[in-house]
Amino acid sequence: MNWRLWQALPLVCLCLLFVFSAPGQVLASSDASSNEELATMLGEKSWDKLETAITRLSVKGDDESQNILTLWLSGQLFIEKKTQRLVTAEKSGRTYLISDPISGDAWGEVKKRSLKKVRINNRLRNSIKTALALWDLKSEDPDKRLQAVKEISKDINVSTLPLLEGMVEQETDTDVQAALTTAIALYNFQQGSDELKLESLKTLAESDNPIVRSALESAKNTTKDKQLLQGIHSALADLDRRQDYYSAVESMFFGLSLGSVLLLAAIGLAITFGVMGVINMAHGEMMMLGAYTTFVIQSAFPSLIEQSLFIAVPMAFIVAGSVGILIERLVIRHLYGRPLETLLATFGISLILQQAVRTIFSPLNQAVSTPEWMSGSWIINDALSLTWNRVYIIGFSLAVFLTLLFILRHTRFGLNMRAVTQNRAMASSMGIHTSRVDALTFGLGSGIAGVAGVALSQLTNVGPNLGQNYIIDSFMVVVFGGVGNLWGTLVAAMGLGVVNKLLEPWAGAVVAKILVLVFIILFIQKRPKGLFALKGRAVED
Amino acid sequence: MKSSLKKLSKGLLTASAATAALSFSVISQAADTIKVGVLHSLSGTMAISETTLKDTVLMMVDEQNKKGGLLGKKLEAVVVDPASDWPLFAEKARELLAKEKVDVIFGGWTSVSRKSVLPVVEELNGLMFYPVQYEGEESSKNVFYTGAAPNQQAIPAVDYLMSADGGSVKRFVLAGTDYVYPRTTNKILESYLKSKGVKESDILINYTPFGHSDWQTIVSDIKKFGNAGKKTAVISTINGDANVPFYKELANQGIAAENIPVIAFSVGEEELSGIDTAPLVGHLAAWNYFMSAESEINDEFIETWQAFTKNEERVSNDPMEATYIGFNMWAKAVEKSGSTSVDSVRPAMYGITVPNLTGGTAVMNTNHHLTKPVLIGEIQDDGQFEIVWETKGGVIGDAWTNYLPESSKIVADWSAPIKCGNYNLQSGVCSGQNY
Repeated sequence: MNWRLWQALPLVCLCLLFVFSAPGQVLASSDASSNEELATMLGEKSWDKLETAITRLSVKGDDESQNILTLWLSGQLFIEKKTQRLVTAEKSGRTYLISDPISGDAWGEVKKRSLKKVRINNRLRNSIKTALALWDLKSEDPDKRLQAVKEISKDINVSTLPLLEGMVEQETDTDVQAALTTAIALYNFQQGSDELKLESLKTLAESDNPIVRSALESAKNTTKDKQLLQGIHSALADLDRRQDYYSAVESMFFGLSLGSVLLLAAIGLAITFGVMGVINMAHGEMMMLGAYTTFVIQSAFPSLIEQSLFIAVPMAFIVAGSVGILIERLVIRHLYGRPLETLLATFGISLILQQAVRTIFSPLNQAVSTPEWMSGSWIINDALSLTWNRVYIIGFSLAVFLTLLFILRHTRFGLNMRAVTQNRAMASSMGIHTSRVDALTFGLGSGIAGVAGVALSQLTNVGPNLGQNYIIDSFMVVVFGGVGNLWGTLVAAMGLGVVNKLLEPWAGAVVAKILVLVFIILFIQKRPKGLFALKGRAVED
Repeated sequence: MKSSLKKLSKGLLTASAATAALSFSVISQAADTIKVGVLHSLSGTMAISETTLKDTVLMMVDEQNKKGGLLGKKLEAVVVDPASDWPLFAEKARELLAKEKVDVIFGGWTSVSRKSVLPVVEELNGLMFYPVQYEGEESSKNVFYTGAAPNQQAIPAVDYLMSADGGSVKRFVLAGTDYVYPRTTNKILESYLKSKGVKESDILINYTPFGHSDWQTIVSDIKKFGNAGKKTAVISTINGDANVPFYKELANQGIAAENIPVIAFSVGEEELSGIDTAPLVGHLAAWNYFMSAESEINDEFIETWQAFTKNEERVSNDPMEATYIGFNMWAKAVEKSGSTSVDSVRPAMYGITVPNLTGGTAVMNTNHHLTKPVLIGEIQDDGQFEIVWETKGGVIGDAWTNYLPESSKIVADWSAPIKCGNYNLQSGVCSGQNY
């Protein structure tokens, strides 16, 4: 509480200044244009002095100050050591292009070591954000206004309250309106009389904003008044009820998302292992190739990061698919019907591919960027938000699954493939080129693994070991789902994902994984053919 | 026939001459050089981190030779590869000491590799410098620990978080990878936090396997834990590349450093190189050195390093500074004692001071740990750290933590009269057990 008051103090003074200095503002801002003055103000080492600088800029309230604060927050403000002037710097190759933050005039190129960054830490970041929110309250964009109201409600005080109250009547956007009501209720709850507090609880009980929960939780420990305490408890119970519901939705989503990753990893193997019966230990490396394809495409076209994944998906399919066909023609073809030798040979291939990647790229992980549209989260309400990358990957995995199903069921190639798997001799005598079908089938499975690698590059580290981390999971899913059955793979992947995520909060990440493995071992004892058993070449042998 | 015989005899003669010359040069080298053993993994999982330290030692040897070597002799580095295989560390250490007869070893990264080497260096009375931050609870007669002990990294980090500048944090998540270092560090931290009045319900401890990549549930739990009306921070002992998806998930779920800062003990410049750090800006790390430290000696060091590795983008990090300090201390102690024998170098080490790269001086104490400053840095968008806080002066490394009841009564002091790395103050017994 003490801290809050202390923090509020400069803002109160600030606001008073703001009110009284309004006529003199023109004079003040013409004054502020001096780069020198800003440079001495922002060149300070002490955090407290920098905090005062924010207050001063905020008091001034002009566009130029807003600009300076925005640049400061994004870390683009520097002091040039030699001339002691304030500059903005942008990286261009090895050097930095500097310019005047006020006029925007270009001031040439300098080395990094000749610049000193204007200091910032998390405390200042908070202060700058609060200061900038005052500008954003007047913004045309309702999203910006909403963000600003939320930012201000983190620490609402006597000086900011009238601004919010003034906004309520004019506000047209319902979301912003709701946020404003909550913010004002929050203020009343924290600073008002006991009656006001009780009154405001009704509004607060309907809000999912985490700040409200924070406020209620901390008030719970300090409130003495019995009636008020009861009110707080019942409001918190309301919040808890809703949070439990959202948590359940969230856990389900996490489970499906993990399931979709398992599905992507396993679906290629469902073809090579499930349908063809090849124990393909190099399956993980096909995913790794897909992930590296993404990396190569991003490095080749650095300006196309946003579109890179759309190029990477077909490219990864082609790259991993051709490597798959090559492996089948050169190695696996000679080993059909000898599972142990196939296992050893493909394990060897997986080591060769890993080492190749280590030599060509480097043993270090490579940085794959995430496009803007896949970052952040889909905010459904204050309590529930789903991360975009996971949402897309769930959709993507289902799309891959359905495409594969379509190929198997409704294309000539799929028909040939099923024919060869079910009865090779008969298929051959009907004029199907069986060895070509074998090669293409293996290529299809590998290609799909490559496509999965593109998706994985958005979730995990792209390095030589990427494949190894997923190979066990892939086999687990295929075996559990029933060898040779695509639907089985889907059900198994989603089921294992959800079970794992439901266990995790309760048992911890390490134990949850162990429990799932134990469960699968027990299950396979009971039903060796997995969830859905189907006939295939592997089963016949 | 004749000519071919002539040729053969001629060839034989040259060969024998060459052999003679070779064996002579070996002898003369053995007499003239001081051998420096380098015991860092150059292959396997730890190679990424340890290769850098091997290069650092080679650079230091090179620099020392440019200055004329030590005691009038040239230094010669003997590099072996323990291949991230813990028992192999012991074998290679034995090879260095018994066969190569090195005068000093620089090496080790993981705690388990150090524990594996301990019995060998103690048996053969070798001398080893260990340059990585670790969990403490150890002090061997034959090892000097130039990395941070828990009170030189973890404890100041918590103090910073609890201060006004750090955000007056009241609630802590201790997240770590499931192995020795995080478990011991978290045990110490938990007990320290409780001694500072943090309640049990305000501490959340979480362990994940190596290379964990699905952080959804954990990050969502951290978010919920942070919504309880008190400022919350995460103390991360998450190791290696599991950090990348962890930070990504934090950013995706909208947890910014201003709301819930993460302070990491295993994330340095090397780990950040090649990662897009824009969403990580503001998260913290605690070390004794950052590449961004402003001092002339640091500029010089970075310049030499980048020239040595022929890579202008190459970063420097904390274990490199620890290697730098260890090497310079050893060199100074050798010169002071006028010999490279372990029994004369070891006592000469106590109280020795060398400049550290951040502008102060490092002192070697009789418990075989350093006195050096502790820095807190914030991650920047260029993969560097901005120093936002540092201790006033150096912090004395404490081998046995004061925050665990069983080790608070134990001290390490290798000078007279105690001469023991694990002396029990209550019973007056020196257990002598380090591994």
